Amino acid sequence: MNNVKRRAFIKNTIKAGFSLGAVSLAPSFLTACAGLNKQNTKTIGRVVVIGGGYAGLTAAKYIRIWSAGSIEVMVIEKSSQFVSCPLSNLVLGGSKSIHDLTFGYDLVQKNHGVTWIKDEVTTIDTTTKKITMKRGEVSYDRLIIAPGIDMMYDTLPNLETAQQEIPHAWKAGWQTVNLRKQLEAMPDGGVFVMNVPRAPYRCPPGPYERASQVASYLKAHKPKSKIIVLDANAEITSKKGLFTKVWVDIYPGMVDYRPNNIIAEVDVKTKTVKTDFETVTASVLNIIPPQRAGKPAQLAGVDNADKRWCEVSFITYESTAVPNIHVIGDAIDSNLPKSAHMATNQARICASAVVELMFNRTPDPAPVFANTCYSFVSDKEAMHVATVYRFDTNKKIMVAAEGGGVSLKPSVQEGDYAQAWAANIWSDVLT
Amino acid sequence: MMKYSIFISLSVITFIISVAHAAEVVSSTETFSNTPHIRTLAASCAACHGSNGNALHGNAVLAGMDGDKFTAAMVAFKDGSRPATVMHRHAKGLNVDEINLLAEYFSKQKRVPSQVPQPQTLKSSHEQR
Repeated sequence: MNNVKRRAFIKNTIKAGFSLGAVSLAPSFLTACAGLNKQNTKTIGRVVVIGGGYAGLTAAKYIRIWSAGSIEVMVIEKSSQFVSCPLSNLVLGGSKSIHDLTFGYDLVQKNHGVTWIKDEVTTIDTTTKKITMKRGEVSYDRLIIAPGIDMMYDTLPNLETAQQEIPHAWKAGWQTVNLRKQLEAMPDGGVFVMNVPRAPYRCPPGPYERASQVASYLKAHKPKSKIIVLDANAEITSKKGLFTKVWVDIYPGMVDYRPNNIIAEVDVKTKTVKTDFETVTASVLNIIPPQRAGKPAQLAGVDNADKRWCEVSFITYESTAVPNIHVIGDAIDSNLPKSAHMATNQARICASAVVELMFNRTPDPAPVFANTCYSFVSDKEAMHVATVYRFDTNKKIMVAAEGGGVSLKPSVQEGDYAQAWAANIWSDVLT
Repeated sequence: MMKYSIFISLSVITFIISVAHAAEVVSSTETFSNTPHIRTLAASCAACHGSNGNALHGNAVLAGMDGDKFTAAMVAFKDGSRPATVMHRHAKGLNVDEINLLAEYFSKQKRVPSQVPQPQTLKSSHEQR
């Protein structure tokens, strides 16, 4: 071999080595980037998560992180987009568009190696641990159900098919837009009537925030209009003093709050509502029905609290009805507020416990987490309720720790904190 | 030649000691703050302070924060000596051990910019119920 040939040979060898190296290195490099890509890690089992809301996404992501990719995670979600309920009352007030609150599911899949199935669950066989969907089936070692809520129309059956005329708008989406359009079309001097179902329901302060957001819009654009709030509860269920003061100070004479009013009958055509005490006719009517755990919980038979909510352990969020099935989020039976932040907290305690159990270790016997919930009372001002919750080893439930409470008054500063809350929780849940 | 090998073995020993020391530091982190109790409690802060404390929107970045600074702030929120809009509610609900372990946990987190998911147009096919 002369010098020139040898040099060429070395050069080619290096080149070949390089490109071979690059080819073989590429997948592991990508794995390192993705952090938790499942191909290179030995899998010890599969967790299926039903539901891609705040709770389901958080559980999926954190199981991948805390198991260092060794637990396979599949999410089954029927919608192709995530629409945030938090901040959706601002669509009614006019300071947000529904499109500001809508996101894709791509990043959480890519970043954490979560397997995504866009489909709808039809049956869950808890004995063979098999889930059937409209377009396929899948089996699980552990199942996490994060089904959100279903509306109960059994006491007002004529409303189920009248959701175009009388939307609940209690799941953010086109109904929120519909309700906003009805408010835009309402003449000045019109009456907006809404109800509050008897607790527990999704987002305790949400209905009162809604009344405030509608008042914010009407005060600016249709100041002769009125709002009637028919509350099935004996009093405002969350931030009572603050909302009462807001309605007096910011929207004087506009919000007519009527407690102990359970809706008995609704005439869809005339938008007339009858309660046990009175009859009111609305220009725009918003009925928020009572709620229960979403359909997947019903399919699995884990809705064992009055056939409505799901009883769970607050250490693992495992169902008390069916082993190896965990339930998180608004669907559970608890004293905890049904809020998005709370759903993510439950999801992480559940995720951590599932990882520990699958590694044959003991989950944290006394979890602690914090809840911060903001309500907007105008386009810029908000107020909080914030509490740390601790597991009580005697009562076996989460109880409020000392120091929790609400704002002294709503403020623009807290409005900015509330926007920051949304930015941070969306980033944590969706990426 | 003899001198060189002594030098080499010394540096090897120093290297081994420093690796062992690093390993010890890492394992103490595993033992104290990287437990299910603290990692879930720390993650509970994400709603306002971002994933692993990498906050967006101008909120306090806890990732990589000096542990003493974190503890001092939380203790001051807890005893009321530092005014707050929201943080006193959380600080009062935690015990001093949890505050110290959270301080250690967040001090070990890398500062990396949190990703911002991009809003998109709601599809007409999105379920209405």
